[in-house]
Formats: sequence, structure tokens, C-alpha cells
Amino acid sequence: MPTDVVDPLRTEEPIRSPRLGLLGALRWSWRQLTSMRTALLLLFLLAVGAVPGSVFPQRGVAPLRVGEYFQAHPTLAPILDNLSMFDVYAAPWFAAIYLLLMVSLTGCILPRCLHYARLLRARPPAAPRNLTRLPVHREMLADVSAEVAIDRAVAALRSSRFRIERASDNASVGAEKGYLHEFGNLVFHVALLVVLLGVGSGAVFSYHGTVVVVEDEGFSNILTQYDDFVPGRRFDPTMLAPFSFTLNEFDAKFITEGPRTGQPDDYRADVTYREEPGVVGEAAVIAVNEPLSVDGSKVYLLGHGYAPRFTVRDGQGKTVFSGAIPALPQDPAFTSKTAVKVPDALPEQLGFNVTVTPTAPDVVSPLTGPVSQFPEDDDPRVYLGAWAGDLGLDSGLPQNLYELDTSQMEQIGLKDLAPGETWQLPGDRGSITFDGLSEFGNFQVAHDPGRYLTLVGAVTAILGVMGSLLIKRRRVWVRATAAGQGRTLVEFGGLARTEAMGLSAEVDRIVAHVRGGEKQ
Amino acid sequence: MNSTSLAQTSNFLVYGALIVLALAMVAFAVDLGVGSGRRRAAEAGVRREQRARASSGRAPGGVDVVERSTADDVVDERWARVGVSLSSLAFLLLVGAVLTRGISAGRPPWGNMYEFSVAGATAAIGVWLLLTRRRSEMRELGLLVVVTVLLILGVAVVVLYTESAQLVPALKSYWLWIHVTAAIIASGIFTVGSVASALFLVADRYERRQVSGEAGGRLALLDTLAQRLPPSDVLDRTAYQTIAFAFPLWFFAIVAGAIWAEGAWGRYWGWDPKETWAFITLVIYAAYLHARATAGWRGRPAAIIALEGFGAF
Repeated sequence: MPTDVVDPLRTEEPIRSPRLGLLGALRWSWRQLTSMRTALLLLFLLAVGAVPGSVFPQRGVAPLRVGEYFQAHPTLAPILDNLSMFDVYAAPWFAAIYLLLMVSLTGCILPRCLHYARLLRARPPAAPRNLTRLPVHREMLADVSAEVAIDRAVAALRSSRFRIERASDNASVGAEKGYLHEFGNLVFHVALLVVLLGVGSGAVFSYHGTVVVVEDEGFSNILTQYDDFVPGRRFDPTMLAPFSFTLNEFDAKFITEGPRTGQPDDYRADVTYREEPGVVGEAAVIAVNEPLSVDGSKVYLLGHGYAPRFTVRDGQGKTVFSGAIPALPQDPAFTSKTAVKVPDALPEQLGFNVTVTPTAPDVVSPLTGPVSQFPEDDDPRVYLGAWAGDLGLDSGLPQNLYELDTSQMEQIGLKDLAPGETWQLPGDRGSITFDGLSEFGNFQVAHDPGRYLTLVGAVTAILGVMGSLLIKRRRVWVRATAAGQGRTLVEFGGLARTEAMGLSAEVDRIVAHVRGGEKQ
Repeated sequence: MNSTSLAQTSNFLVYGALIVLALAMVAFAVDLGVGSGRRRAAEAGVRREQRARASSGRAPGGVDVVERSTADDVVDERWARVGVSLSSLAFLLLVGAVLTRGISAGRPPWGNMYEFSVAGATAAIGVWLLLTRRRSEMRELGLLVVVTVLLILGVAVVVLYTESAQLVPALKSYWLWIHVTAAIIASGIFTVGSVASALFLVADRYERRQVSGEAGGRLALLDTLAQRLPPSDVLDRTAYQTIAFAFPLWFFAIVAGAIWAEGAWGRYWGWDPKETWAFITLVIYAAYLHARATAGWRGRPAAIIALEGFGAF
């Protein structure tokens, strides 16, 4: 137990003179580290250390905004970066704070556990000489013998489930209650260590990644299929569970009236999944807040969008492209943009800038371009800009999937198409057909084996802290002394470690019981 | 009534509550001015005298607080009563506002920061009224509670106002409702606890100055306020009890929020600003609870930590 804790109930005070030498210095440092003062300081440091994470953009949360910050503050940003201000919660100094706190906590908790084990076996101490000095004190004159008065007090204390120690001379009784207070306290702190263990194991063995899946297409849980993947520190591709799923249908509902018309109401994905290749697929629904659990991983639905389906034929009449291309939503009405790249087209490579409107506008403003009226695919239309030339795919530089690099291309025409319509490209370069609009889901696959440990730790911590804060350890003493003429002076005293509002009432109940026994 | 007119009713009820609370604030302020140093001075004065005696070591009765213990027994409580009644009325109006808002939107009415603030303000007033029923001296917290709630509501109406409507799909989760409900109740209790901590500092300062014999001076108004307050140890205990009650609730709110986030995004903790500040609040209140158990940190330092916690919140 830290030496600077206020504990009026503590009876034995271990006073040791410091030893000299290295051992003494070590002992002194350990004492300092595990003292409550240090724990307080570390708690403050933890609180203060968490602040920059909400001031500066964090790589883990918003990597793009970190890049913007670097552009906006070219001199300041690298300095901040050296101080880990963009990865506060993964920073060495942040880890140092919470690890020190955990060491301090362990150093505090272990002796307290031993202390508690002794306490559980200990008997309540004998009544102090002067009960009037205690915070709660009552006196009464009883017309019964001292022994009867003490008997009654013992009965009352027992019915309130106090632990009782009767003095050998039968003139007084000591009682104690609320052992769960310290138990809750210890449970809370141990549970915090469990939470940290859970979070830590999550950081080591977890992974999460996102993937876009178009209707009627599938996803297999292998690294190359992810659009974006964040592995834990000890990640190994064999950790990926061998499941797969196919998106059968995506269904999005939107609000059609009221002030938030056009905002999403609900969306869900009907999928068929297989735990491993070769087994029979099972049907499931993945909705917002309703992930699919499969083989220790969870599949979440994060967002959705539209994917227009195209068929492109080149100048020789050969089908050089056929399929769905996911488009990035630009506004709440799902005006979306993407690009179709057709490197196999002859005589020249073809590229199309595509704007998709699920519900086409009546008039296209020359300022804004086509803007969808409503997010539902009531009247889909695509607006194409066709380009011919070199797509630049052979340069080796990574390209944005949703944009054309038109630096080595020339525009050959503009056209908008409804589903089923075909546009014959000028100059015998071929044709493009808008086959229809599919939907896609944006899924996140996450695997965190430490999750349950964290949850168990957190729930235990709540129960522990409730026990610690709501239960009070308190002692009650009753002493009876003969007051002459067959009467007995009964004194009651109550002492609590932290303020216990109920202690006075509790002592009063025992007084009433001793008095009440009189009337019977 | 359709949902739009219900939402309008809710807004009017909030405006009504604002007006009633402003009147309650006036009543409490008048109360502070009218009965300066009289009400409950006798009872509080005796307790202070004992404390002062104990700490100064002077002979019994030889301390300056005598002046307070001889205060008249005639107690003018009218204005304080008016304040409490008006606050109760405002509380009912706010409950009505929360209910109509909920019916108009067809969901529990704490889906955005406006609704959260209104519900939190309602909870704060409710917690304080409950405390006042149990211990009449908690009435003295009234002025500061009402001012705090007025500020919260003012910010809600002016800055945070959002039309009553459906939620985006990610917010449709019963864990979210559990999370926000716990957070609202905890925030209401934290508000009252912070008020008690702030007033503890005022009362404590006054009592120290009584002991050292320096009264009046630049901050005489604070002394006037302190004379009306419950003794500092009562305020200290109230602050501790409210915070000790709200702390597990706040912890639970954070865990429920994490469960919801896990269900929605697959990550139970992402260090977004709200999560970060909830965490900071938790850590500071944990520090407060530890400080109260630590020698040399009880009293003033602990109260200052509690206020920092509320600031963080």
C-alpha cells in the first residue's frame, strides 16, 4: 500500500529506516514510483499527453489531413512529427507514460493484495478506549445488564452482516463491514491491466482492411484482394482466415420526405459466404451495425455507391472491355465519378471520364456539370468524356483508379447515355454501351483477438469500481459499563475509512435495536 | 399533431425553460443579496466555529465567527423558495421538450449535440433538485447550477441547434442509446459535482480567512456568497459523492460507446476527438478520486482537479 494514503483504519504503520547503498536507492525509487503521488502525476501526464491527439490530425485516423498539415505548415510539421504529434497514441513517450503508470499500479496493487489477504483473516480490533472521539458516537442508558446489552448489539450487528469480535470480558464488541470495498478497488486495478493486455495483444495480432465489392462479384480473404490493409505488428498472411463471400444484392433506402430528404435511411447487403473454399455457401445479411462474423473475423458494411456497367468494342469490333466500375460518390445524392480505361483497344487506347447520376437532372448546368437529383437509381444516366491516345499505364507509376491521366490523350467527344444505349465513337474507334447501374458495398474486414479480453477487463473494471466507490469499509464498536442502580451505560462508536453517509443511520439502527430489545 | 409541430412545441418549451431559468437566476441572486449572512448562519456558524477553534487552537468562543453564530433566527427563505420553484418548473418544461422532441423524431431524443445538451441540462437540474429535496442546504448551489444550465442551453439553442429528424444509419444501434443515456446522466451529475467543488473553494477560502482574521477586501462578494453556503466539508462531501457516483457511470458510457463503435466500424477505439476527451475526462476524475485519498491533496487541490475534469468534459 502506498505510504501516503489516508487511511484512518490502518493500524500497523510499517516504518523502516532507509538502508544505505544501491539496494536502498532502488528501494527508495520503487517506493517513489509506487506512491500515490507519482500515480497522480502519471495520471495527469496521461491526460495531458492525450490532448495533442485531438489538436493535430492523426495518421491512424485521418492520414490525408496529416498530408494537408504538412503542406500548410512546411517548417512546423517536421518538428511536430519528430515529437510524434501525428501518432500520439503510438508514440514512445505516450507508451512510456502508460507503461510507467501500469508498473506503478502493479507495484501498488501487489502489496495491497497481500495486505487484503491478511485483512480477510484478521479479526475486528478491540474497542478504542475513548469512543466519544470517533466521528459517529452515541450513548444511552439501558435497564439491562451489560451482557444483555452486548448480546443485543451483537445480534443487531450480525443481522447487518458485520464481522464481529467480542471482547473476552464481554464488556465490548468490535465489528467491521465493507470488505468488498477494497476487493472492488483491487479488482478494478487488476482489470485495468487486463484491458491494457487486451489492447496490446490487439495491436500485435490484429488486422483490418477495406474492400469494395460490386453486386454479383465476390471477395476472398487474401491480401491482394484488399484495397487498403493495416496489419498488426506480428501480422503474417497465414493469419487470414480462408473465407470468401459474394455480394448478391445491395439495397439502400433513402428518406423521401421531410427536411432530410435524400439522406440514407438504411442500407444492407445480401451475401453468400463460405467459411473455407469448397464448402456450401450460407446466406447472410450485412447491415450497418450488424457485421457478419465468420471464422474469428468480422465483416462490416461501411458505405456504398454505384458502379456503372459498360461494354466497350474497339475499331475492329472486338469486345475489349466488359464489366462494372465502382464510382466515387461526390455528394449526398450520389453524383459519382470514375474512369474506364481500355488499354487493349485498337488502333488507339481508349479512356472515358465518367460521371454517374442515379437520378438524372432535368437540365445540366454548364457550371457544375451533371448533378444527381436523388440518391436512388430512379433514372440513371452516365455522362462520358471519351479520350484516345496513351493511357500512360506502362510508365510504372501508380495511377488513380478513378481518374484518367489525359496528358498523352486527346478528347474525341462528349455524350450522355441512358441504360442500354450505345455511343458509336467518332473516327471508327469503336463503341461504348451503358449496360446498367449496379451498386457496390464498401466492406471492412477486421480481426482483433484481444477484443474479448478488453471487453471482459472493461466490464470487470466497472463492477470493481462500483464496489470500490459504493461500498464503504466501516467499523462499529459497542461498549457497556455498569452505571449503578442496575442500569448500564451503552456507548456506540462508528468509524469509516472514506465518508460514509449511511454510517450514522447504521449506528442508529443498532442503538434502536439495543433499546428496542428493552421493550420486549 | 404531426412531427413538425411537435418539434416546434419542443423548441417553444426550451425557450420557455430558458426564460423561467433566467427568472430563477434572478430569484437566487436576490436571495443572495437580501438575506446576506442571516439564513442558516446560526447552524453553519456553530459548525464553522468548532472547526475554526479546532484549527486555530484558540480558546472557545474567542474566534471571529461569533458574529455569524449570533445571527437572527428569522430566516428569509422566500426568494430561495421562489428560485427552487421556478427551477422545478423549468425542469418540467425541459422534460416536456425532451419528450416532444423524441416523439417528433420517433426515437430517443439524444441523437445530436443539440439534443444531447438539452437532455444533459435537464439531467443536471434534475440531479440538483433531487439533492435539494434530500438536504435543503443544497439549495445554496442553486445560483451556480442555474447559471451553468443556462449557459449549456444557450449554447445548445444558438450554436448546436439541429432540425428534428431521422438519423444516419450508423447511429441506429441500441448500444448507442445506452451509451448516450449513461453519458447524459453522468454529465448531469458531473455538472452538479463541479458546482459543489467550485463552491467548496469559495467556502474554504472564506473559512481560512475567518481563521486568519482577514475578512472583506477585494473579493467581499465571495464572502457574502460563502456566508450563505453550507460549510466547506459538506460541499466537499457532496462533490465527492456525486463524482464517485458518476465515475462508474461515465466509465460504463465509454465502454458502451466502444461496443457500439465496434459494431459499426470494427474498431472499438479510434482516438477520435470525442473519444479522446471522454478518455481525458475519465483520467482526470480518476485523478480526483485518487487525490482525495492522498495525504496533502485533499481539499483544495482535489477540488481544482474536479473542476479541471469538468472543463475537459
